[in-house]
Amino acid sequence: MSKIQDAFSNGKAFIPFITAGDQGIATTERYIRTMVKAGADMIEIGIPFSDPTAEGPVIQEASNRALDTGVTIDDIFDMVQRLRTRGGHASNEGAFVSEEPVTIPLVFMTYLNPIFVYGRDKFFARCEEVNISGVIVPDMPFEEKGELQSYANKHGVEVVSLIAPTSEHRIEMIAKEAEGFIYCVSSLGVTGVRSEIKTDIKSIVETIRKYTDIPVAVGFGISTPDQARAMANLSDGAIVGSAIVKLVAEHGEQADKALFEYVKTMKAAVAEA
Amino acid sequence: MSEQRHGYFGEFGGQFMPETLMNAVIELEEAYNRYKDDPEFIRELEDLHHTYTGRPSLLYFAERMTNDLGGAKIYLKREDLNHTGSHKLNNVLGQMLLAKRMGKTRVIAETGAGQHGVATATVAALMGMDCEVFMGAEDCERQALNVYRMQLLGATVHAVTSGTSTLKDAVSEAMREWTNRMDDTHYVLGSVMGAHPFPMIVRDFQSIISREAREQILVAEGKLPAAVLACVGGGSNAMGMFYHFIPDEEVQLIGCEAAGRGIDTEEHAATIAKGSVGIFHGMKSYFCQNEDGQIAPVYSISAGLDYPGIGPEHAYLHDSGRAQYVPITDDEAVDAFEYLSRLEGIIPAIESAHAIAHARKIAPTMSKDDSIIICLSGRGDKDVAAMAKYRGVDIHE
Repeated sequence: MSKIQDAFSNGKAFIPFITAGDQGIATTERYIRTMVKAGADMIEIGIPFSDPTAEGPVIQEASNRALDTGVTIDDIFDMVQRLRTRGGHASNEGAFVSEEPVTIPLVFMTYLNPIFVYGRDKFFARCEEVNISGVIVPDMPFEEKGELQSYANKHGVEVVSLIAPTSEHRIEMIAKEAEGFIYCVSSLGVTGVRSEIKTDIKSIVETIRKYTDIPVAVGFGISTPDQARAMANLSDGAIVGSAIVKLVAEHGEQADKALFEYVKTMKAAVAEA
Repeated sequence: MSEQRHGYFGEFGGQFMPETLMNAVIELEEAYNRYKDDPEFIRELEDLHHTYTGRPSLLYFAERMTNDLGGAKIYLKREDLNHTGSHKLNNVLGQMLLAKRMGKTRVIAETGAGQHGVATATVAALMGMDCEVFMGAEDCERQALNVYRMQLLGATVHAVTSGTSTLKDAVSEAMREWTNRMDDTHYVLGSVMGAHPFPMIVRDFQSIISREAREQILVAEGKLPAAVLACVGGGSNAMGMFYHFIPDEEVQLIGCEAAGRGIDTEEHAATIAKGSVGIFHGMKSYFCQNEDGQIAPVYSISAGLDYPGIGPEHAYLHDSGRAQYVPITDDEAVDAFEYLSRLEGIIPAIESAHAIAHARKIAPTMSKDDSIIICLSGRGDKDVAAMAKYRGVDIHE
């Protein structure tokens, strides 16, 4: 199994997010190979949900586009299986795909309901089978993590904890039991590109560090290399979602080059931190 | 009675909120626990109920309906006579008194039919607070009068165009807005749903319905009713109508869900009849959804019942067998809307008409010595134009 910690083993990590099924599942598969080739250290694969209450309009729309194609959770597991077992084909998929099977850690980001209704044990058994290292579930706070924890851990999958600007005295409790990495939410509100990140990330990360050694990556609102560098400076990595999903929305099935260059630039910026 | 795990009713409920909002819901619970038994808080709320809402609401004996059906005596709990025209004010007054004590200066709310939005905008005007209401774009169209009413009261109304543009999306959007700004803002949730402590708080504030009704029926009949009925979307008027009768095991509790065009079609909002257990909008409960856990688009002629979930305490009352839930179609509800209007001179909200419809089915089968109480949760003025349209009558406003 790939481990989440591997993503943080060669310097600061750049972690892109993509909604599975947006522009079709075959396109998602190709884009993941592209982001791997461009230097992504770990990829968050979004399992689309009909009512993503923690997302801004960009990821909401991507989820809708994905669900409109009829993509299912099984289709997404099958895609991950292909990523893990075969390489891409530059001859027919273009020069931007990695020709090796994907070995970096992959995590799912989704809401509780799809996992719960699919069947928790079945879900995590399939995660183990296709080598998914962790899950990020924004509507499952610390108090409710018992819904997934034992099922996930039984299959070697880690449940990522989120810490928000409003967490304050909750940080200790969350950090002490955190596994994989800590997802530090940079700003109030929902996901989406922000011109400025005002939260005092430095002091939040310092507080987290008092209670755990696991890596901390910052997400929500990051889109520019400067922002990514600044956030990676204060933590162990940067997560970018909406900016990538926006590129996919703009370029449709021809986002390969734009994605490759964007991820490459962002990885370089994070590496400088 | 039913709270076991903290914030749970049996296996239902919980606190499935983004980390960003956890301290906000914890702060709300602490404030509620601090003030709910505070004599000054209680006095202020009761005073408003009396002088502003017009409580206690009447328990009206519907004699012509009783005679027409020829069975159990029919009583209507007249929540439609409350100021703003529905039961929603009971909860809003309570939550906003609490919000004020918590130092909040701004409130946000979701609304379906507009009744909860109107109640929130009303109390915001009364208490001098800023108010923003989220309403599905489709519902804004169905209930245009209520949109203008909220604006008249000084609220800003946001037409929500995400998802299916109905109540579920209004709830999602209000939650998103709350994650953006919680320091000065309280989210006045309108039903017995969402994350703990909302289902408990809303139920407590609505339980005044059954507290009064139980006393009133004992005076009128000298005994408890055989059944109490209420319509169920999220389930706030039903929870309020049921609550003080829960320990009275001889009283049947019946919730009437919106079956839309029929539960054998895909156009319904009958969560208990057709849903399955899931976790959404902060709570574990029953939801209309597919096998991948995607929330289903639901449908009802009634914007207030057009919601794919149900409050967790209802899910618990259903599973434990204490309450039963029955589906009522659009056609049955519209017939009942007209029936009550003509027979009693009372125009019910189309939501409440779902409960009237079920009473028409069961009352004739019951003894004349028995009584049933129907919660008339709201008045139907808001629905008149839509009902005319349903009957093919063109009204020029």
